[in-house]
Amino acid sequence: MSQQVKRPFTVKQVNRRQFLATTAKAGCVMGLVGLGLTATAKSQGQLAPQACRPPGALEESDFLSACVRCGLCVEACPYDTLSLARWFDGAATGTPFFTARRIPCEMCEDIPCIKACPSGALDPQLEQISDAKMGVAVLIDEKNCLNFKGLRCDVCYRVCPLIDNAITLERQRNQHSDHHAMFLPTVNSDTCTGCGKCEHACVLDTAAIKVLPTALALGKAAAHDTYINTEETTLEMLNKGLML
Amino acid sequence: MSNQFMSTKTVNSKAKSQMQGEHAAAIAELGWFGAHKYLLLRRAVQLGLLGLFALGPLLGVWLFKGNLSASLLLDTIPFADPLVSLQMLASGHIPELNLLIGAALVILFYALAGGRVFCSWVCPVNLVTDTASWLRRKLNLPRTSELPRNLRYYLLALVLLLPLLTGNLIWEWVNPVPLVYRAVLFGSLSGLWILAAIFLLDLFIAERAWCGHLCPTGALFGLIGKWSPIKIVASKASVCDNCMDCFAVCPERQVLKPALKGPNPVISNPDCTQCGRCIDVCAQRVFRYQTRFTATQAQLSTSDSTDCQSPSTTSPIRQHIAPKAEKDQ
Repeated sequence: MSQQVKRPFTVKQVNRRQFLATTAKAGCVMGLVGLGLTATAKSQGQLAPQACRPPGALEESDFLSACVRCGLCVEACPYDTLSLARWFDGAATGTPFFTARRIPCEMCEDIPCIKACPSGALDPQLEQISDAKMGVAVLIDEKNCLNFKGLRCDVCYRVCPLIDNAITLERQRNQHSDHHAMFLPTVNSDTCTGCGKCEHACVLDTAAIKVLPTALALGKAAAHDTYINTEETTLEMLNKGLML
Repeated sequence: MSNQFMSTKTVNSKAKSQMQGEHAAAIAELGWFGAHKYLLLRRAVQLGLLGLFALGPLLGVWLFKGNLSASLLLDTIPFADPLVSLQMLASGHIPELNLLIGAALVILFYALAGGRVFCSWVCPVNLVTDTASWLRRKLNLPRTSELPRNLRYYLLALVLLLPLLTGNLIWEWVNPVPLVYRAVLFGSLSGLWILAAIFLLDLFIAERAWCGHLCPTGALFGLIGKWSPIKIVASKASVCDNCMDCFAVCPERQVLKPALKGPNPVISNPDCTQCGRCIDVCAQRVFRYQTRFTATQAQLSTSDSTDCQSPSTTSPIRQHIAPKAEKDQ
């Protein structure tokens, strides 16, 4: 037992001053590293407009705190739609996204990507794929859209998984010929899931219809706006000052 | 190396002259395979696990799904990386139960097997930093100034603080640990520049800088495995001939001396990655994998009979190496 009493080698003792100095130095270094990392992450972290999140993805800032970047959703996707973002891909590195023009979401009924997600970054409460909100399709270029030229392209309408619901063809008089009709593809932003099949299928070299992030695509009424349900609002109701 | 350097750093040059015939004694004694047993085993485990993960995406044979951040074995058993799970909790997100179970399973495994077993037997970054360290020895690059070893705990604190402040898993942007898996399984090669940076850092700026001083994943696994029953034990410390071969290859050489020269032969310092390289390179077979309980007793009984444990101040290791090693701590 005398072995233990001998203290055969010395452990370097740190006095209080050294401890405080080291802690302060390391703290400063870590502060700078933290600032640098945060700046990089924040500047890289803006989701590019053409990058869509998988169905059920939480709102972007919540998604970034939840996603562990494991790629289980990517491996679960039967159509190779999803991929893990690389640096400069327009999404936070390692997070899943898809580009509609390349491979759109096929809207599987059993939503395997959500089932695979271990973190809840893809909300498991989304049970109907038609309730998904990956973005909103917007017919952004009426000038080049063939249907707006009076042709019957209709491809975006035909491929829409929610045909006659998320995209309808609105008949309008063709002002050029004056006796033909134009069938204008019109997106219903309430039901569009943002799957991107329309953007993928658009026959133009660059799609005239594009899936945009919901925040970019949609306006938002002011909180005091009473005209939200215009069709149900009567003059009488307004005169009575009835708030909806 | 210039003559001037030699004269000012005699300690260094002596250690180096021994390094030139790197663990030649062990190879002569045990044969090449005997002196590389655990190294080869480790590489087999490291690459084998990557291979098991890669079977799915590359060949369609799904054993493991996901990557080291979170995975699913045979569609039933979840695993999750403790660091990314902690970051997520710090950011305020409550995950699915599966992820918590996965993290708990991983923590349990490494708490029993030894925390930094992850670093030396699983983590692919280890391949990069071991290569850099091997090249340093081959090229006889001079010892560099040491970073503080506890920087990793500061970095770990930072990594867990950032999601708390920003609600964002900031570290996962640059975390080098998942990069190789991501590259092989998902074809995203663009993060590999981080590994190149770590390689150059380890090779030219500070030896063993990443895995031995900075990596927060390693720091967390070290804490997880602090009380693990399986340790590397200098069970025959009495026959150590101070050849310093283990010091040359050890990625955390500060852990060796207390076990070799102190009263307790168990390497209980959580920094030890339990890579087993010290076992390989020792011609005297001083080190073994053992449980910490059996080891202590065996050592105490032998140390009573032999007096080799008490270090004499004239032994070569105390004269030449110990002052440097002390500084390392």
